Amino acid sequence: MGAQIRVYRQKIASTTSTRKIFKAMELIATSRIGRARSRVASSLPYANAITRAVSAVASQTEFDHPLTTEPAEVRRAAVLVMTSDRGLAGSYSASALKQAEGLFEKLKSEGKETKAYLVGRKAQAYFDFRRRPYEQVWTGDTDAPKFETAREIGKALLDDFATDYADGGVEEIHVVYTKFRSMVVQEPSVIRLLPLEVVDEQDSSDAELLPLYEYEPEPERVLDALLPRYIESRLFAALLQSSASELAARQRAMKSAGDNATELIKKYTRLRNTARQAEITQELSEIVAGADALNAS
Amino acid sequence: MAANAELEVEIVAADHFVWSGAATMVRARTSDGEIGILPGHSPVLAILEEGELVIQPVSGERIVVGVDGGFFSVDSNRVVIVADNARIGGSVTAEAR
Repeated sequence: MGAQIRVYRQKIASTTSTRKIFKAMELIATSRIGRARSRVASSLPYANAITRAVSAVASQTEFDHPLTTEPAEVRRAAVLVMTSDRGLAGSYSASALKQAEGLFEKLKSEGKETKAYLVGRKAQAYFDFRRRPYEQVWTGDTDAPKFETAREIGKALLDDFATDYADGGVEEIHVVYTKFRSMVVQEPSVIRLLPLEVVDEQDSSDAELLPLYEYEPEPERVLDALLPRYIESRLFAALLQSSASELAARQRAMKSAGDNATELIKKYTRLRNTARQAEITQELSEIVAGADALNAS
Repeated sequence: MAANAELEVEIVAADHFVWSGAATMVRARTSDGEIGILPGHSPVLAILEEGELVIQPVSGERIVVGVDGGFFSVDSNRVVIVADNARIGGSVTAEAR
């Protein structure tokens, strides 16, 4: 009987210490999520300004830019998958990867070859474990992405896009990221990054008349300089959204893990008390029985 | 546009907001050379070169901002400067976050 109490005591102690870890991680995620959301907010002015400029150029001048032309036939597509570096974020990475798998399937069924670009160690581990090839992977700052990372990714993707099909280039680029809707809702989503469709996503309804700009230098060169920045800014926005989603998912996962640990501790405490009481009762009845036996003799 | 109008200037970097306020003059370096913008300038969309950007606010000392590439747009006295990276140098009247 004494052994059983000891087992429960050990279980209570270990659950209490893991609960401390869950609590700490929850608090860290909660404190970081505010920062992540304010970073999303502070990247908005740049994104808006660049979107406005690109739509101004695109709507006022008519010419084809390699980044905006639809290829006649898409034979190979690249997919950039954004996941987290670390786990303990519930189904965050798993659902992004699931979304990516769906996209890979779809592209394959359309007869396109696929190439994978990854962000985050979780995606890397997933591909490594399945021995699937990927072109390039960026890790290390998924919970607080830097603009430089977005720029590197943009450069790699643009290089690949600029390469001919025959030399291993791609003709279409998709991005899988997790959109941050609210603290409780994050949805994995897919956008097609290239070829570009320049549309103002948020407020196409408010028909703001764009001024007739003079360009310096020629519009083609302006567009040449603008479009890569536009892509970088979209990638950066996707990275920031993903990081906010990751933190929200982690916070929620850690909260429910902590709650479950509390529940377990309660259960084990009850069991321990029962075991202790049973032991006392048994000891008592043994003493009483012993005394009775002595008296009877 | 009235001649005594002011420019409404906004500087944003890729991941943060840099500065905004009213100004009487903005000078920037584009790939074709330097451009000075006064109130009432016609709409322009130009590419910024690496270099310094000088803003003369309505009140206070002029502000020098170092940028390394980007672009800016001017329309109806509203100047939006979008820089890849911007640092406020010289007389710092606004805080740089």
